[in-house]
Amino acid sequence: MEDVSLSVRPGAIQAIIGPNGAGKTTLFHLVTGFLTPQAGRIVFAGQEIQGRPPHAIAALGIARTFQLVQLFDHMTVLENAMVGRHRLSRAGLLSGALRFPWTRTEEKAIREEALEALEFVGLADRAQQPAAALPLGLKRLLEIARGYASRPTLLLLDEPASGLDAGETDRLREMILALREQGITVLLVEHDMALTMEVAEEIAVLNYGRLIAEGPPRAIQKHPEVIAAYLGTDWQA
Amino acid sequence: MVTFVPLLQYLVSGLTNGAIYALIALGFGIIYNATTIINFAQGEMVALGALCAISCYHLEPSLPLAFLVGTGLVTVVGLAFERAALRPVKDPNPLTLIIITVGGGVFLKGVAMLLWGKEAYPLASFSGNVPLHLGPATIMPQNLWVMGLTGALVLALEAFFRLTLVGKAMRACAYNPRAARLVGIPAARMVQFSFGLSSALGAAAGILIAPLTLGVYDMGTMLGLKGFSAAIMGGLGSLLGGVLGGLVLGVAEALASGFISSGYRDAVAFLILLLVLFLRPQGLLGGRK
Amino acid sequence: MNPGWLFNRWSLFAAAVLVLAASLQGDYYFSLLNFIGIHALLVVGLNLLMGYGGQISLGHAAFFGLGAYTSAILTATYGVNPWLALVAGLLLSGSTAFLLGVPALKLRGYYLAMATLGFGIIVYIVLNEAQALTGGPSGLAGIPSLALGPVLLNTPRRLYLFIWTTLGVVLALSANLVDSRLGRALRALHDSEAAAQSLAVDTFALKLKVFIWSALYASLAGSLYAHTLNFIAPSSFTFMFSIKLVTMVLLGGMASIWGSLLGAGVLTVLPELLTAFHDYEVVIFGAILMAVMIFLPRGLIRGLLDLWEFRRYKREGGSIPV
Repeated sequence: MEDVSLSVRPGAIQAIIGPNGAGKTTLFHLVTGFLTPQAGRIVFAGQEIQGRPPHAIAALGIARTFQLVQLFDHMTVLENAMVGRHRLSRAGLLSGALRFPWTRTEEKAIREEALEALEFVGLADRAQQPAAALPLGLKRLLEIARGYASRPTLLLLDEPASGLDAGETDRLREMILALREQGITVLLVEHDMALTMEVAEEIAVLNYGRLIAEGPPRAIQKHPEVIAAYLGTDWQA
Repeated sequence: MVTFVPLLQYLVSGLTNGAIYALIALGFGIIYNATTIINFAQGEMVALGALCAISCYHLEPSLPLAFLVGTGLVTVVGLAFERAALRPVKDPNPLTLIIITVGGGVFLKGVAMLLWGKEAYPLASFSGNVPLHLGPATIMPQNLWVMGLTGALVLALEAFFRLTLVGKAMRACAYNPRAARLVGIPAARMVQFSFGLSSALGAAAGILIAPLTLGVYDMGTMLGLKGFSAAIMGGLGSLLGGVLGGLVLGVAEALASGFISSGYRDAVAFLILLLVLFLRPQGLLGGRK
Repeated sequence: MNPGWLFNRWSLFAAAVLVLAASLQGDYYFSLLNFIGIHALLVVGLNLLMGYGGQISLGHAAFFGLGAYTSAILTATYGVNPWLALVAGLLLSGSTAFLLGVPALKLRGYYLAMATLGFGIIVYIVLNEAQALTGGPSGLAGIPSLALGPVLLNTPRRLYLFIWTTLGVVLALSANLVDSRLGRALRALHDSEAAAQSLAVDTFALKLKVFIWSALYASLAGSLYAHTLNFIAPSSFTFMFSIKLVTMVLLGGMASIWGSLLGAGVLTVLPELLTAFHDYEVVIFGAILMAVMIFLPRGLIRGLLDLWEFRRYKREGGSIPV
């Protein structure tokens, strides 16, 4: 990545697009702490977060999904969502083992909030099923529910539509719009142009690790460098 | 007060043991390079090599034959182990593989115990027992055999990896498995080969040291673990590192045993292991992780 | 797992323990059960580390030994109160686990396994060599028995009740832990470390905590062991014993609290039942390790249960009753 300067407006849905290998997922890894930038700053809620470990960044209120779905396969759907509540709960090793009254209350709250997150994405009826048994479309929704359960300020979605059919993509689109209703800022990396153009208010385009365009969907659609990046410079508009 | 006489003696025994550790460390390194597996059963190849050679010698008193038979049989065991215990694994994560190779080592030790019992068996020294004198130190001819043959084996390995096609193919697999496969190097064959070669090296180590320490069913455990420490110390991906690690370990052990306390001799290897893991996990010459 | 079910399991457990206490005749059975109980303590802790935490310790015998020898030395040589000595053992094991874990867990993959391997052997050698302190290879005798107030725990049956009550409490704590916030985080970490981190789980800290926790269980088992036999020797704390513990975890099933009990039970009783087994013991342990890891990597019982559950799930048309 080189010379990328990006800012995300709170409460908006913003998308990052670009050809394969443009560095979109790398950008996500940098923001969420899985990679450390060699130079530059990443500022979130007034704090510089570059170089911090992933769990510390997540604790600040940034959640994400992964390009290849990373569910907790040996746990149920509900338990997956319950892990999402991790940053908003306190029980430790000793309190977990001894089950104090306050711990039990917290557990109940975790369970309820997790169920609510599942309801939000429409998976509440599958709460007790093993997460591994879900079809891909629902797995992606579960990942979103899990991130949503942590009440993030910023939610990063990494190619959520990848591998989904039309019906599943529709559901995803509703989900993303509903997230904005909740006041969550969404940063979306996508290849599905139809979906992106429909939900995103701002689009940034990366190519070879550089930012080549930024703006609302209609402007991006007509941007010559973007067209060139996707289709090659020989294409006539 | 440190005197010259014992120092030289310690060096002699240290280098002898060090050569054995080096051979075992090489075994670890070769398999690691080809598969990124740490084969905790390596030590048992040493024991089995020694015991097979001893039995063969018992039937037909020819050292070269015993050497060949010992190495050959153990190579087969190593290949069989790879085929039966490692290839069928569906989910090759480090935890699973470590336990399988540890289990394999334990299993082979058990087999050795069933076949040879718990006694210690001698093996004739390669060229007699007339001690030589190097200045104030006494060297048994076998010490020289160990150091000499190890040196020769290491050089042969170097030549093999640099000059032969198979050797270069193995190195290619280690550097970049995907690219290697793309140019048609059969990964499965390379893995088999690495197991065969490592087992042979282990067996050779066992046969070399048996005249000095006797062959017992459980001689492999400690030797294997110490060889492993040597490999980590030298750097797991580097073959030269393995040799260096082995020699350094051997000498360090001998010096510690001589000047500090002989009881804690075995602890040296593992103290070094912990130190390396905590301070410089890639080892002295290591690059690959 | 709702509280009603849980209550039933524990009352069954307590009932079984009491029934056996009343009905068994002869010290032999109680002694055997005491060893099963002590091994189960070790195995539960190791299972938390291996099955849930996804790490491996090839040197758990060392923490067992540290607990045993701390209790033994403090009580036999220095006349310290056994309960205090037990706590001292816990502190020693816990801090050692901390010191070992911090550098080892920062690295990925094999490193804790290797570090515990080295550590385990070093402890064994020290136990053998530091003769003035530990009595060396011939061991340390004259360890006093534990006392609960006026009651001296010096018969197998009394020890049995105490050990199995302790075990019951530990099992309950462990079951609670697995179902708690950190237990979930641990299981999550095992399935996808990256995803767990992205949900604010401090994976390094968690692994370290579990490692220390499992070392504490082992230390407790060691102290109980010392006060049960009233004698300990380094030969009980070998590398081979660490391997046996791993085998017990695998037999009973990774990530299974009750499986730990089963694994400990089977592999403690079996050598007793088949005296001819002793010669084959090593071979069989090795074979079990390999076979289980190759075919049922989540452990024997767990693997079979998984197969059964998966088949049942498929048969029911893909929906599991709540």
